[in-house]
Amino acid sequence: MTRRPVAYAVLLLMVAGIGCRHWSASSSALKPTAAGTAIVLSSGDKQMGATGTVLPSPLVVQVNDDQGTAVTGALVEFQGPAGVRFDPAAVLTDSSGQATTNVRLGTIAGRDLVSATTPGKAHPATVQVAEIALGYQQQLGSILADQFCNRCHDPESSAQRVSNYDNLAVKPHAFSDGGTLNKMSDADLLSVIQHGGPALSRSALMPPYGKTLSPADMQAIIAYIRVVSDPPYSPAGTVYGK
Amino acid sequence: MKTVKQFLSSIWRALFGDTMRAFGIVSGLLLICLAIAPTKDHFSEWHHYQNGYLSLIHDRGDAISLRRKFQPGIQQIWLPELGVVDRCATCHEGLKEASLADVTMQPLRKHPVIPHPIDRYGCVICHRGQGPATTVQEAHYSERAGDDPVLPARYIESGCGQCHQNELTGTPQLNNGRKMLAQYGCVSCHLIKTPDGITMKSTDVPPSLEHIADKTTREWIYTWIKNPQAYAVSATMPNYKLSDADASDISAYLMSSSTPQAGDVDATVIPLAKNADPSAGPSLYGESFCATCHAVQNDAGNLVGGNVGPELTRIGNKAKPAWLQAWIENPHTYNSATLMPHYRLTPQQVATLTSFLMNKTDSDYGTNVHLTAATPAAVARGKKLVATLGCAACHTINGVNKPDNFAPELSRVGSKPLAQLIFLPGMEHTLPSYIAGKIKQPQAFGPGLKMPQFTLTDEQRDALTTALLALDERSQTMPDKLRVHSVEPTTYEPAGQAGKLMADLNCLSCHRINGHGSDMAPDLSLEGSSVQSQWLDNFLKNPNTLRPALTRRMPRFNLSDADRKTLTDYMMVVYQSPTIDLDKAPPAVNPPAMVEHGRQLYYSRYACQSCHIIDTKVDKGYIGPTLTQVGSRLTPAWIYAWLKNPQELRPGTMEPNQNISDDDARAMTAYLMTLKGSGKQEGKQ
Ligand code: HEC
Repeated sequence: MTRRPVAYAVLLLMVAGIGCRHWSASSSALKPTAAGTAIVLSSGDKQMGATGTVLPSPLVVQVNDDQGTAVTGALVEFQGPAGVRFDPAAVLTDSSGQATTNVRLGTIAGRDLVSATTPGKAHPATVQVAEIALGYQQQLGSILADQFCNRCHDPESSAQRVSNYDNLAVKPHAFSDGGTLNKMSDADLLSVIQHGGPALSRSALMPPYGKTLSPADMQAIIAYIRVVSDPPYSPAGTVYGK
Repeated sequence: MKTVKQFLSSIWRALFGDTMRAFGIVSGLLLICLAIAPTKDHFSEWHHYQNGYLSLIHDRGDAISLRRKFQPGIQQIWLPELGVVDRCATCHEGLKEASLADVTMQPLRKHPVIPHPIDRYGCVICHRGQGPATTVQEAHYSERAGDDPVLPARYIESGCGQCHQNELTGTPQLNNGRKMLAQYGCVSCHLIKTPDGITMKSTDVPPSLEHIADKTTREWIYTWIKNPQAYAVSATMPNYKLSDADASDISAYLMSSSTPQAGDVDATVIPLAKNADPSAGPSLYGESFCATCHAVQNDAGNLVGGNVGPELTRIGNKAKPAWLQAWIENPHTYNSATLMPHYRLTPQQVATLTSFLMNKTDSDYGTNVHLTAATPAAVARGKKLVATLGCAACHTINGVNKPDNFAPELSRVGSKPLAQLIFLPGMEHTLPSYIAGKIKQPQAFGPGLKMPQFTLTDEQRDALTTALLALDERSQTMPDKLRVHSVEPTTYEPAGQAGKLMADLNCLSCHRINGHGSDMAPDLSLEGSSVQSQWLDNFLKNPNTLRPALTRRMPRFNLSDADRKTLTDYMMVVYQSPTIDLDKAPPAVNPPAMVEHGRQLYYSRYACQSCHIIDTKVDKGYIGPTLTQVGSRLTPAWIYAWLKNPQELRPGTMEPNQNISDDDARAMTAYLMTLKGSGKQEGKQ
C-alpha cells in the first residue's frame, strides 16, 4: 500500500517524460543566464538544399538587449514545419550573443519557414527566415541552371564562376527575382527558354535551349525558378475550395 | 463444484433446449461470423484514409473529376520482373493527382514530379517499406526480422542507384557518394563489386612508402599519423587515433624499411637558391599554375587551389629539401605513377621553387616531438602494427604485403539484415542509421575494431550512406536489361614517341582522350579535326588561355622544338573526328558578301557577342573563348559542325544548339574564318 504513491509518481513522471520529451531534452538542460529583448538574423537564411538534407551553412541568429548590444547566455529555440529538424533545437547564445544551429530540411519541397525565438524579458521575441527545400525536379533544375544559365542570369561572381551579367547589353533577371518572373506564366517561361528571347519579342542575347535541353529539363528549370522566387510564387486562378 | 455444474447445464438447456431455439442461435452465430470480414474492412486503417481522401476532395473545385478517378478498396501495383507487390496507393490515394499540389497532409499528398510513372515503378523500389502490407505500422516500420523500414527522405537517391549505374544529372548526392567511395579509399579495404560487374578501384592512390626516408623525417611521420588533418585540412587519410607509443613504433618501422631511391640523392648536387629574388618564387609558382592541382591555406584559413595533388600549406615541415628539389625536377623519378607532369624547368627555376616551398612552414607544427632512437623491438612492434592496421591496403610498404579481404565486402550492404547488426545504445534500429553511424564513429562499435575515423561533414556522410544503400540485393540481382550501365573508363594510352612524351607530361591528368583521363581540361579526342597545326604548335610553345574567366590554366612545359613537332604531328593525324563532313563546310576563304552576311547574323540574329569577344573594344562577353583569331586557330569544317550542334562535339558544353540553318552556319563560318587576329592581342586577354 505504501508503495502506491511512489508508483503513481513514477508513472506520472514517465508519462510527462514521454509527452515533453522534446521539451525536457532541449530546454531543461539549458539554464539561461540572461535575457534579451530582440532577436535578429545573422546568417544562413534563404539557403537551398535537397529535401531531407542538412543545409550547407548553419543558421545563426543574434540576441540583443534594448541598446542593441549582444546578450550572452540567452535561450534561443528553433522551430519549423513538420519534418524540419534542428541540431541543436535550443541553445544559449555564445559570447558574441549568437545562437547557431544546423538545419535539416523537411520532406516537402518548397519554402520552409523557420523561426528562432528567445523568451525575452517581458515577452518572447521571434525572427522568421525562409529556407528552400528542393524536390527531385527543382534540384535537377538548379543543377541545369548552374550549368547553362547562371553565368548570365546571376549577377554574383564566385571564384569558380565569373558572372557574365555585366557584359550583357540587355540585362536578364536573377531567377529569384519574383517581382518580374512571377508575372510570367509557365508557358511564357517555356517559350523564352525553348526559342530564345525573340520568342517574346525580347533580345536575342537570350539564346534558345529547345535543341539542347529535353522538355523534362526545361520543366525542371521552370520548377526551380518558381521555388526560388522571392516574393514566393503563387499561381493565380486555381480554385481549391467552394 | 456442484453449483457450477448446475449453472452450466442450466445455460446449456436455456440455449439449446429445443431444436428451434438451437437452430436460431446457430444461424445467429453464423451471421456474426460472416459479418466479421466486412466489419474489419470497414474499421480498417486504409478505409479511414480513403474516407479522409473523399472528404478532402469534397470541397475542391475539381471534386467531380477527382471523385471519378477515385478507386475504392485495396490498390495494388505488381511488378513481376522485380518481385514487387505494392499496395501503398491504397492509403496514398492522391499520389497521381496533379491538382492536389497544395495539399501537404500525408498520406494524401500528390507525389512530387519524378522521371518515372508510379504505375510502372511502384513505391517500395525507391522508398523501401513492406509493399504488400495494408497497415501503416506494417508497411512503414520493421515489425519482423527481414522487414525493411521506409527510407528517410535524405537517402532517397539510393533508389535511383539500384538501376542507374551511370552518373545522373539529377542525383548529385548519389554521384558524390560513389565518387567518395573511390576517393577516400573505402574500396582499398572493402571489396565493392558494382551491379555492373566492375570491381571498384581507389581513385586517389596514396603514395608508396618504399622510399619514405628520402622524402621526410621520422618526426614528421609520427606527427602526421597521429592526426593527418592537423597537417593538411584536406587530407583524406583517416585518423587512427594512435597512442604515442604506437605512432612512434610505426614511424620507426617505416623509416627502417625505407630504401634509398637513386634520383633523390643526385639532387643534392644542385645548390639551393640562397639569395634569389624573393618574389621569384611566388610568381614562378603562379606562372606554372601549381594551384590548379595544389591548394594552400590562406590567412583566413580557406583552402585556395585544386585538390588533385596534396595540400602544400606546410610542405616545408614535411619535405627534405634535396628530395623536394629532385621531385620538382622530375617527379617520375620518385614515383613513376604520379599524376604530376615533368615540367622541364631550368635548374635555377627548380631551385627557386624549392626554396619557395621549403619556406611554407608552420612553426607550431610538430614541435615537442622527441622520439627515442628506434630499437629493434620497436621496429618489430611497428611492423606488426602496420600489418594489423592494414596500412598496406592503401600504401606500398617494404616488407608488408597488401592484405586481401581486409574488411567485409560491401557489394550488398544495402540489404544487410538488421539481425546481423549490432547497434549502439540509443541508436535507431534501421540500416541507414547503422551505416551512417558506422561511418561517423566506427570505433564506438566495439573495442579493437579496425575501421579508422574519417573526417567527414554531415553532407558527405549522407552521400556515402546513399551510395552504400544503393548497393542492395535488388540492384545485384535484377535482370540486366533493366540496368543503365556506367560508362567504364577506357585504358587508352597514346602510342609511340608522342605517347611517351604525353606520359611524361601527364596530359591525361587534366585532359581526356578516347575515354581515358580527367575532365579538368578540354577533351582532346577530336583535337586534330578542330585546330590548325600551326596554332597547336604555337600553343604548346606558349599556352595562353582561350577563356579569360578561367582560373585553371594550361602550364608551359618548356618543350623543345622537336618535341613540339612530335606532339603536334601526332595529334593532327590521330585525333580526327570520324563524323565531321568536310564537304558541307565552306572553304577557308569566301566572297565578301557572304562574310558580311555572316557578321550580321553573328551580331543580330544569334547574338554571339553575349558570350564571345571579337572586337575587344565593343564586345564584352567572356563565357566562351575569345574569337579574335579564331580564323587561324580552328578549321572551317570544325566551326561549321560546331555551329550546327556544339553538344554533339562536346557533350555538356554551355553553348546551346541554336538550331542554325545550313546557310546561316556557312555564312558565320565564312565570317569567323576571316578573323586572324594579331596573335599578341589574344595573349594579353
Ligand atoms: C548568354 C547569356 C544568357 C544565358 C546563358 C541565358 N540567358 Fe536567359 N536571358 C538573357 C538575357 C540577356 C535576357 C533578357 C532578354 C530581354 O529581356 O530582352 C534573358 C531572359 C530570360 C528570361 C525572361 C525573363 C528575364 O529575365 O528577363 C528567362 C525566363 C530566361 N532568360 C531563362 C533562361 C534559362 C532557363 C537559361 C538557361 C537554360 C538562360 N536563360 C540562359 C541571357 C541569357
